[in-house]
Amino acid sequence: MKILICISKTPDTTAKIAFRDNNTKFVADGVQWIINPYDEWYALVRAIELKEKDPSTILHLVTVGIADADPIIRKALALGGDEAIRINADSQDSFYIAAQIAEIAKQGAYDLIFTGKETIDYNGSSVGGMLAELLDLPYISLATKFELNNLTATVTRQIEGGEETDEVNLPVVVSCQKGVAEQRIPNMKGIMSARTKPLKTVEPAAIEPLTSVVSFELPPAKAGVKLVSPDNPEELIQLLHEEAKVI
Amino acid sequence: MSVLVFIDHADGQIKKSSLEALCYGAKIAEQLNIAAEGILLGTVSDNLADLGKYGAKKVHQVSNDSLNQLDSQSYTKIIAEAVHASGAKVIIFSNNISGKAIAPRLSARLKAGLVSGAIALPDTANGFNVKKTVFSGKAFANIALNTDVKIISLNPNSYKVSAGSGGAAEVVALNAVVDAPKIKVAGVTKTSGEVPLTEAEIVVSGGRGLKGPENWGMIEELAKLLHAATACSRPVADAHWRPHNEHVGQTGIAIAPNLYIAIGISGAIQHLAGVNRSKVIVVINKDPEAPFFKAADYGIVGDAFEVVPKLIDAVKKLKGVV
Ligand SMILES: Cc1cc2nc3c(=O)[nH]c(=O)nc-3n(C[C@H](O)[C@H](O)[C@H](O)COP(=O)(O)OP(=O)(O)OC[C@H]3O[C@@H](n4cnc5c(N)ncnc54)[C@H](O)[C@@H]3O)c2cc1C
Ligand SMILES: Nc1ncnc2c1ncn2[C@@H]1O[C@H](COP(=O)(O)O)[C@@H](O)[C@H]1O
Repeated sequence: MKILICISKTPDTTAKIAFRDNNTKFVADGVQWIINPYDEWYALVRAIELKEKDPSTILHLVTVGIADADPIIRKALALGGDEAIRINADSQDSFYIAAQIAEIAKQGAYDLIFTGKETIDYNGSSVGGMLAELLDLPYISLATKFELNNLTATVTRQIEGGEETDEVNLPVVVSCQKGVAEQRIPNMKGIMSARTKPLKTVEPAAIEPLTSVVSFELPPAKAGVKLVSPDNPEELIQLLHEEAKVI
Repeated sequence: MSVLVFIDHADGQIKKSSLEALCYGAKIAEQLNIAAEGILLGTVSDNLADLGKYGAKKVHQVSNDSLNQLDSQSYTKIIAEAVHASGAKVIIFSNNISGKAIAPRLSARLKAGLVSGAIALPDTANGFNVKKTVFSGKAFANIALNTDVKIISLNPNSYKVSAGSGGAAEVVALNAVVDAPKIKVAGVTKTSGEVPLTEAEIVVSGGRGLKGPENWGMIEELAKLLHAATACSRPVADAHWRPHNEHVGQTGIAIAPNLYIAIGISGAIQHLAGVNRSKVIVVINKDPEAPFFKAADYGIVGDAFEVVPKLIDAVKKLKGVV
């Protein structure tokens, strides 16, 4: 069993969001970078669990990013995984990222490819689906449970107002969210061994992105809260009905 | 040339999020002076000609029951063929669960740029730019679609459904080779209440301030009266007080209802990330310093166990329920 896990780097969830150069660039000064939570907590941890069950499993991590992504991918290796591949390119758009990863995936003959549900900075929810199409593989998105029996996967995914359980033969691309695994903290042994695990850098393929960022905006500030006395909640219902017109 | 809108359905009914996508697509078609058309895979009990009211001139349908189960791989093939056949220039999805499975595949297949999570009509004054949420609702980005064929997936609850005076849509049967799906559906469980969280116009949400799962009765009652969905903060789902698919926030589900009522939730930045696009936010918290009040439109500083039952009574009165 060979699994490829797509790892991306995102600003910490508490990072202050600000833009510079006429709102065209994210202000990265002072921002702490983390592994995208969905990639770390769910995709990677589930893959590690599968390896714990079947030690012959090989886990490869892949990221599209320049050298500043190395600490992130090392941290991912500290959690688990056998080797990492960094495709040395600034991530341009979801298609560009998916097409770069597809090149690696084609060479690796992976049985299973995991992505996170979405990046918490771009919120594309796109790379997994694009990758599946480029590889002509089935795609199960927004998985909340993942089980493996030999070469068949049983995957539960979110649907509107519930869940659906699917069965699919490998290879398959799965995007992972809460439920698939539980968050873990890397231990000392993992951190030490990550230093010597291979981190390969490869140059990107010639691929044209399909979209580009023109500018960013911050949402308009709220006007301020209108407080209602706790003794008179009826007034709140009145305001919601007559002023806000939402009920 | 046309704007082609994917019409999604479940349990034989067209989803409201698809009507939003259709109205949005019809408006774009008007901007570009071309026609809006729909494409529906599978069968529904709704009358497709009625989609004319929402702006569709034509609806292409592959009426094959096996397509009532989503299989993104075969769906993508069929839609791609329809795009070629109809000469569609812009393709619209709802950025709902089906849209998230299909739109990226179609983008990669057609090499057509995709903006997922759009919240406004495209700006076509200089190129074709679409505004989307980024940084989990903490900011927006204007994204240029640089390809001839363009794909947009519209965030649910971002565009108003309005039935106009359009006549009946022409319903055309589309012949398509339907591949045997590689994904076999083994079972479906409906877990949440009657109103799906991502489609709900009103959401009532509870946090750790409610102390334990046994206290959710009043949350459910209030939600039911308002025809709302229920949600919760992350620690509540982590403690298994509520199912994990109710967890909203940066690492849960992002929602944008017309009204979000947060009860006993502190308003941590990661929670706000999933709910800050709600049109109106009401916060009920006993701590006047709770950060959530800064993001709220209306608030009550008070004990949820005293305030919520009174709210329930007030809603009953308003709705004429005794
Ligand atoms: C990487 C990361 C991702 C995260 N993602 C998410 C996410 O997606 N969603 C999310 O929700 N959180 C998320 N969190 C957690 C988040 O930081 C907060 O810890 C969490 O939102 C707090 O939940 P809470 O407001 O229910 O609980 P608390 O912070 O414990 O707040 C409880 C509130 O209830 C009030 N209260 C207590 N008793 C009463 C009463 N009787 N009546 C009225 N009010 C009362 C208190 O004043 C308090 O404000 C994330 C954290 C991290 C680090
Ligand atoms: N630069 C990247 N390198 C590797 N994987 C990525 C990258 N960007 C996104 N991904 C993967 O694709 C998933 C979805 O990302 P997105 O489509 O941007 O929301 C993420 O959770 C990652 O698993």
